[in-house]
Amino acid sequence: MKMCSLLSLMAFLTLPGLPAEAGGTNQVTIDNFSFTPQTLTVPVGTKVTWINKDDVPHTVTGDDKHFVSRALDTDQQFSFTFTTSGTNNYYCSVHPMMTGRIIVR
Amino acid sequence: METDNDRIECDIENDGVDRRGFLKCMAWAGTGMLWTMTGGVLASKILSPMTAAAAESPVGDFTFVQISDSHIGFAKEPNKDVIATLKQAIAKINALPAAPDFILHTGDLSHLSAPEEFDTLDQLLKSTRTGKIFYVPGEHDVLNDSGKQFRERYGKGSKGDGWYSFDHHGVHFIGLVNVMNLKPGGLGFLGPAQLDWLKDDVAPLSDSTPIVVFAHVPLWTIYPQWGWGTDDSGQALAMLKRFGSVTVLNGHIHQVQQKVEGNVSFHTALSTAFPQPQPGTAPSPGPMKNVPAGKLGSLLGVTRVNFVQGQKSLAIVDSTLAGS
Repeated sequence: MKMCSLLSLMAFLTLPGLPAEAGGTNQVTIDNFSFTPQTLTVPVGTKVTWINKDDVPHTVTGDDKHFVSRALDTDQQFSFTFTTSGTNNYYCSVHPMMTGRIIVR
Repeated sequence: METDNDRIECDIENDGVDRRGFLKCMAWAGTGMLWTMTGGVLASKILSPMTAAAAESPVGDFTFVQISDSHIGFAKEPNKDVIATLKQAIAKINALPAAPDFILHTGDLSHLSAPEEFDTLDQLLKSTRTGKIFYVPGEHDVLNDSGKQFRERYGKGSKGDGWYSFDHHGVHFIGLVNVMNLKPGGLGFLGPAQLDWLKDDVAPLSDSTPIVVFAHVPLWTIYPQWGWGTDDSGQALAMLKRFGSVTVLNGHIHQVQQKVEGNVSFHTALSTAFPQPQPGTAPSPGPMKNVPAGKLGSLLGVTRVNFVQGQKSLAIVDSTLAGS
């Protein structure tokens, strides 16, 4: 019985392509004029969601304009799916001292 | 430094314009911030013997008002009613003994660049007792459309992203836009096209022409960690170095900060919507939330600027909504 459970557990852990939960490792929180986490590393094909918890509007603007959000008021969100590997620097076009980075592997 | 200082009415020391006398005047006006200076800053009522002749023709003197950061559409702590506080500011302007010739709004008219926010602001400002109102955009006014709506509403006759100049009683006013095309990790930004325009704009002016520059983000570096500065303002200021009197009026930081450097006086205005913390005193420059009940008015306000013919510096008087 124990061996059976252990084997099941191991099988479960080695299953590839488990979808990440929403609100978990694919989320960037915007608050206090910062992107948190400032650097987020995700696998190719991940949809990243930014949510603004600050009390002023912010944007998510890729440095090369590859992804550009509208201005996000408090509690508004923006999502983008990263389909190629690489480093994506971005910033808030309203408060440009706010910068972040999505590393796609 | 100044050889032609005027005496301020309330300078009981009788030793010329000095910090103490100025502060006394400012206490009367309800100003909250120290003004440190090296040149003469003068109240509009008093003229020195050297300019007594000018007193005979006061037609050259005038007053205007700067308001800033009305953020129509904002409704969070510490101010759930920015319309009410703007109305108080307008009442304060309308209570001035003489109507100001015009008003400069140094940006962040709206909070989210929404059409209804601009409409509301326009409606409210209609009741202001003044001549014209001039505007420059803040970063909150150019969201999503690179400022197209702002320019349509407030930028008639402006160039490029909305810069322009005008003359009033011999003073040259320059409205600059430093909230467009902001670079990642950068501060405010004027850009080469605007700088080229500025160079041509001031070229025909004599060095004795008083200059007033107004723009949203401070044109000097106050606190770069919070974006309080303009990356290429040095180039603009270099073009203005030859002028004997330059006044720079900004907003954006929702508090009064001032500096004098040679012939240039820098000043930022209070907001009519919400205060922001002083540099480094909070984790971020967002709205100050812990404002005790009844204290909000003392952290908001308007600025009155007096120009007196023949005087080098303009007299800048900040008044809060709480004061007289």
